Parts: sequence; structure tokens; C-alpha cells
Amino acid sequence: MSPRLLLLAFFVVARAWAGEIAPEQRRSGYEMMSRETQKIQDDDATNPGMLWVLDGEALWKRKAGAADRACADCHQSMRGVAARYPAFDPARGRPVTLEQRINSCRVDHQKAPPLPYESKELLALSAYVARQSRGLPIEPKIEARTKPFLDSGREAFHRRQGQLNLSCSQCHDDNWGKKLAGSVIPQAHPTGYPIYRLEWQNLGSLGRRLRNCVFGIRAQVPELGSDELVDLELYLMWRARGMKIEAPGVRP
Amino acid sequence: MARAVVTVPPRAKRGEIVEIKTLAQHAMETGFRRTQTGELIPRDIIRSFSCSYNGVEVCRVELHPAIAANPLIAFTTVATESGTLQFRWVGDNGYTVTEIAPIKVE
Amino acid sequence: MTTRREFLVLAAASAAIPQAAKAQLDPNLAANRKAAFRAALKQIVGDSPVRAGRVKLTLPPLIDNGNSVPLSVSVESPMSEADHVKAIHVLTEKNPLPDVVGVVLGPRAGRASFATRVRLADTQTVTAIAQMSDGSFWSDAAEVVVTLSACLEEGLI
Repeated sequence: MSPRLLLLAFFVVARAWAGEIAPEQRRSGYEMMSRETQKIQDDDATNPGMLWVLDGEALWKRKAGAADRACADCHQSMRGVAARYPAFDPARGRPVTLEQRINSCRVDHQKAPPLPYESKELLALSAYVARQSRGLPIEPKIEARTKPFLDSGREAFHRRQGQLNLSCSQCHDDNWGKKLAGSVIPQAHPTGYPIYRLEWQNLGSLGRRLRNCVFGIRAQVPELGSDELVDLELYLMWRARGMKIEAPGVRP
Repeated sequence: MARAVVTVPPRAKRGEIVEIKTLAQHAMETGFRRTQTGELIPRDIIRSFSCSYNGVEVCRVELHPAIAANPLIAFTTVATESGTLQFRWVGDNGYTVTEIAPIKVE
Repeated sequence: MTTRREFLVLAAASAAIPQAAKAQLDPNLAANRKAAFRAALKQIVGDSPVRAGRVKLTLPPLIDNGNSVPLSVSVESPMSEADHVKAIHVLTEKNPLPDVVGVVLGPRAGRASFATRVRLADTQTVTAIAQMSDGSFWSDAAEVVVTLSACLEEGLI
């Protein structure tokens, strides 16, 4: 191979690798916040997300639906559950988010109507479940049947899109730590979901946050619960594998 | 459904100053925001908070729209005797929430 | 030097101005709000002088999001029957309304200290005023820089 071709090949390969953040360099968005905002998350007495966790605990124990069953009637501890979502749902033949799983339980086992995305009740239940995985490492299961969806999410993360022709990777892999409009660009690891976002003054899911991002780069916003959004969530959780869950997180 | 959460140390020494933290779930709609079609969203906030210690008011707070959503109110009080702390939030549109917490003073 | 891409991204982010701001483009906005601040201050202290000191207002100098800024006030005071803080007021000069919060205390508080989270509309000075049992007023002020977060979701849920 000619030296010039070798040099070209080197740069092509180096460019592809330059994208992803080295595992030991990964940082939660928590570390990019001011100390004051970190303190809001650290103390359960001041973390607004705890209001939803307590609501979730009450809902968990309440009988619902035509089957007159409470979540608590079938489930005990949910420790470790949130850490492995999105997880494969055989009935749907694809991975689903924690919120979607809660809703399929409601429909199939409680014979109750599904809760709307971003509703207070659905957020409360997912906050209550996620809280029980606090401190545990993120570990979505990637195997033959989930790999195609992971690949689809990875492709979406690296794809340039929208009016600004930006990919998620360009900000969150290549320029994390730098400032955009006065705010520090995080690495975009979903370590705290559902989060109390100061911008929303409300609790919200990863899906909601991703729609904000896509809207921000002036691209076509996928619907909550859509396949492409869930695939992206799966990729992000895989990208954050091993990082600790902080739910309910507080973010700016 | 938890509309407010209070954090009070369950026990204290007589005369000790204890820290109380309270969180209320409320959007604190300022009255300055508009809908997509330009209509003003009416103000809907918590207007006052009070804490009574065995019936005696020990803290009162007047809130304005500048208080953030899901308001945190943290203050101190002297642990004078065992009993009950009662917390009350009152706001627009008939909003009223009461929470109680016991305190044991030795 | 700002690259073209950086410029476009910044332009897009700043284009998401909240509706309320658009509706309040009063040409005398700053002057009117300052006047409102002075009126609110007069409401609290009347004609009494306000001295700087004894009060400590704590705010982060650079905040993550103006929607929810941790704020705490503490006042040097024995908090005895004879000598205590009766009330603490917090005011702003650039918010749509100058009053933020008013706290009524007394000797039962043990310490004149209070914490909450506030909304700050812009980079500005926040003022805390303490009213003492002897009728005197003391104050402290803190300057805060408020930035807009990127990737806003105007019109979206």
C-alpha cells in the first residue's frame, strides 16, 4: 500500500474511533451541573422528584382496573428492574421502555386503560420503580434479538439530521464539556431518568428529553413511544452501561 | 397522593434548634406565561405557608410567583416540647394542604 | 472565532424566546421594573433607612437554570425575645414582579435562617431585607448571572 493511502486509511479509521467516548472518560450529567443543583438531587428532602416517587408508591399499592389488582399484588421489590430497560418484550417482538412495560402490565394484568405518556401517574410509577435501582449499574441486555434495535439506535445517534444537519454524536461525543448558549454540553447519559428538569419544572421521561433535543436541532421530532425513539433510548442506555442510576435525577 | 413532604428530625434535645425542610407539589403558575395561541395562562400559586408547633405559629411565609415550582421551604425552630408540628399551604383556586409530623423532645 | 456552525446553533437556541418575554417588550421595561422594586422596598421599610450588613443572602453566582435557583438567607441575631428578626423579605429588580418571598419569624425560630428556590428572569441583583424587633432594617444583595438553556422545547411536550 502506498504511504499516502496508508495515511488516508489511518485517518478514516481514527475518525471513526474519535466518535465514541472512552469508557473511563464517561461522566454523568450530574458532574456537569453546579454544586447547588447537585445538592438539590442529593437530598431526598429537597429533591422534587421524591414527590413523584411517593405518589408512585401510593399508586403501586392501589387496586386498579377490571381485575381489581394492585402492582403490589404481583410484584415485590423492583430493585434492578429500571437498570435493564429498555428490555425485550416477546409479545411485541421488540424492546420496550419501562413506561411501556408499566402500561402493558396495566392493560394485560390489571385490565385497566394505559396511562398517557408523561402523565403524572405514569411518571410517578416509573419514578417509584427507577428509584429502587438507585446506585445500581445500567445494564440493558444486548443479545441476538436486541442487537438489531441497538444498531438502529446507534445509527440514529450518529446520523446528521434536521435543518442544522447535526448528529447527536457531534455534540455529545465530540464536544461534551464545551458550552452551547451558556450551558455545558453533557455527554448525554440517561443516568437519572425520570428526571426533574429545572427547565420543565416537572418530572419527565427520557423520551420527552430526547424530543426536546431533536426539536432543538430543528429535526423531525419522533412521537413518544415510537420505535425510533425507543431504539435510541436503548442505544443510550447501552452507551452508559456500567454507569450508576441516580433516579430521580435533577437536571438543569 | 403525596401533595407535600416534610422532613423533621423525629427526636431532639430540649432547646436544640432543628432544621425543617418541606416540599409541596405545585406548578406555581406565574400568570405571565402564554399559550401557543397567545392567551395568558392565569396565575395559580401557593400564596402562604405556615408551621404551627403544638398550636403556636412558629413560621409564616408569603409566597409570590417568583417562587419556583414544587416549592421548597426550609427553616429552623427550637425544640421546646414533644408534640405535633402542623404545616399548612394555602393557595389560589381553593388549594389547601395540611401535613403533620410528630416531634419527640427529651 | 465563532464558526458558521456555532453561529447557526446559537441563533437557533436564542430564537426560542419565551412567549411571555415577547409579550412584555415594553420600551421602558428596565426603568419600570426598577421603579416597581423601589415601590416594593418602600412598602416594606417606609421611610426608615436600610443598612447593609448582618444579613447574608446566598445565591449561586452562575446558575444552571433561572427557573429554579436555590436561595438562602441568614441574619446575625440572638433571636431572643428582646432582640430578634421579625421578618425577612427578598426582592428583585428585573423580574416581572419585585416581591419574591416574605418570611415572618420570631424567637421560636432559634436561628434567623430560611431557604427556598426562586425564579430569576434575567441576570440581576437580588436583595434581602431583614426587619428587626427594634424597628431597624438591614440588607444584603447578591448578583446572579442567568443563562438560557440550550435545546428548549417551546411548543412541545
